[in-house]
Amino acid sequence: MRIDAIDQRGVYSPLRRFMKLILRDKAGLFGVILFLLIVLIAIFAPQISPHDPLQQNLRLSRQPPAWQAGGTWEYPLGTDNLGRDMLSRIIYGTRVSLTVGFLGVLIASTLGLVLGMLAGYMGGRTDSFIMWITNLFLAVPYLLLVVVVASILGRSLLNVILIFGFTNAPLFVRITRGEVLRIRKSGYVESAISLGASQGRILFDHILPNLIGPLLTVATFEMSGMIFYEAGLGFLGLSVPPNIPSWGNMLSAGRQYIQFSPWIAAYPGLAIVFTSLSMNLLGDWLRDVLDPKIRRSA
Amino acid sequence: MQRYLLSRLIQSVVLMIGVLVLVFFIVRLTGDPARLMMPRDASPENIQAFREAMGFDAPLHVQFFNYMRGALTGDFGRSLHYRAPAMSLVVERIPATLELALAALFFALVVSIPLGIIGGTRPGSIWDTLCRGIGLIGQTVPNFWLALMLIVFFSVELRWFPTFGRDGLRSLVLPAIALGFFPLGKFTRLVRASVLEIRNEDYIRTAYSKGLLEQHILTRHIFRNVAITLVSIVGVQFGYMLGGSIYIESIFAWPGIGRMVNEAVQARDFPLVQAIAVFTAGFVVLLNLLTDIAYAVIDPRIRYEN
Repeated sequence: MRIDAIDQRGVYSPLRRFMKLILRDKAGLFGVILFLLIVLIAIFAPQISPHDPLQQNLRLSRQPPAWQAGGTWEYPLGTDNLGRDMLSRIIYGTRVSLTVGFLGVLIASTLGLVLGMLAGYMGGRTDSFIMWITNLFLAVPYLLLVVVVASILGRSLLNVILIFGFTNAPLFVRITRGEVLRIRKSGYVESAISLGASQGRILFDHILPNLIGPLLTVATFEMSGMIFYEAGLGFLGLSVPPNIPSWGNMLSAGRQYIQFSPWIAAYPGLAIVFTSLSMNLLGDWLRDVLDPKIRRSA
Repeated sequence: MQRYLLSRLIQSVVLMIGVLVLVFFIVRLTGDPARLMMPRDASPENIQAFREAMGFDAPLHVQFFNYMRGALTGDFGRSLHYRAPAMSLVVERIPATLELALAALFFALVVSIPLGIIGGTRPGSIWDTLCRGIGLIGQTVPNFWLALMLIVFFSVELRWFPTFGRDGLRSLVLPAIALGFFPLGKFTRLVRASVLEIRNEDYIRTAYSKGLLEQHILTRHIFRNVAITLVSIVGVQFGYMLGGSIYIESIFAWPGIGRMVNEAVQARDFPLVQAIAVFTAGFVVLLNLLTDIAYAVIDPRIRYEN
């Protein structure tokens, strides 16, 4: 418990503590606000989209954004090659990106947490085996692995989530294991052992809570990474089916018209940049706040 | 040192065997590689004939044995699309990819080392802010989008560089910047952090208090540590660039391995995909081995710990 998190009535308030920590860091605050905004956009996509993202209108195809010659405010960011509203498609695209990022990271971190704790705590052969498999996956260039597996399994949202969930797990295994090894050597775990604490108690009361911080930080960065990679797969035509509006699919279409209608590729890309930026700022902030070593020196 | 090298070498060989096994199973992930490799509208008779021709009708352990025997002699079967030995097709594409990756690496290092050192030695200055900005942008801008935007501005609008193709130095500039942008951010962050960290070390303070020249401290102490930091990451980043080249080479029609991955995947040419996967993984394993050796040579602490 920290002094700055105690309110006037002397009650510890996690929200108050969060506010204190986030208001101190302007970049982190910006990241959090941007991230919340993107989540809200994804949730309320049907309410805020000016048009149906799937509505085609070939007579209005490849209209430039409103502020360019030939553009109208009816379609603020212009239309794509099939006359669909760019803005609405970008708004709906947040859903695919956030779903893939969130569920992918959830699967990867859960798998990584379980296997990493097993490897780090059991040691011996279990450790060697798990780490061998982990290093095996890390040896193949990540993008190549994802591209090949995606091309074999075929285009679907579930496949994409599973691919990222499984191929990203080795990273979490490695980090969890490293942290478990570090925590096991620490004074408080040694004293818990010498006091006769059970295995379960040490794992769940002493080790697990200390893993949350580092894993949460990595998860934030990896979620940003997955959103990147999902768009990349879509760009190659290997992610969600083409009828689903996703930033990757939009970029893939935009690439063909890059010479004369560059906005079709430009704005979905900017959406990726802002999403990724919000998560990176959030991750940097989390790292600073959750790592006591840095917090003390700051 | 010798024992360390030997154990790392054995680890690498074991890892490579694992990669071969992994690739074997990935291609069989759907259970029916023949259907996977044939066009979607192929007749059942054609698929059956293909299955027999490729040996996919044999029991799995026989297939595995044949695959491993071929792999150990460098034979990964024939490309379905090019109708030529898969591995030699990959080898033909190496120079183009290596050229692009080295150019990207050069771009990233040439910008990040001075920037990181200036930023790290003057914390809080405008240079430091620039450093942190580039570190952040490098991580948030996807290289395939950056590549498209570079084409829009520098090829379509300004006509400074060609939009695609591999034709001399001018055609190398845009792909190298697009591919090198992510490592640039990473390196800038690392160099800055490593300079910041080293400045707090006792021996640097001693050097300053002895009245040594800034130049001297920079070259003798700081550069050395920056080099150690970079050696540990350059290999990993090179592996990343092999992956990133899938996009960049496809966008710029660069005739390397990355573009070949995309083509092979679209054409469902999985013998070729297999050969590429094994080759690039082997390359990465080798790079990691070399990194560890270089690390042990530069940094005596590693050598003695093991």
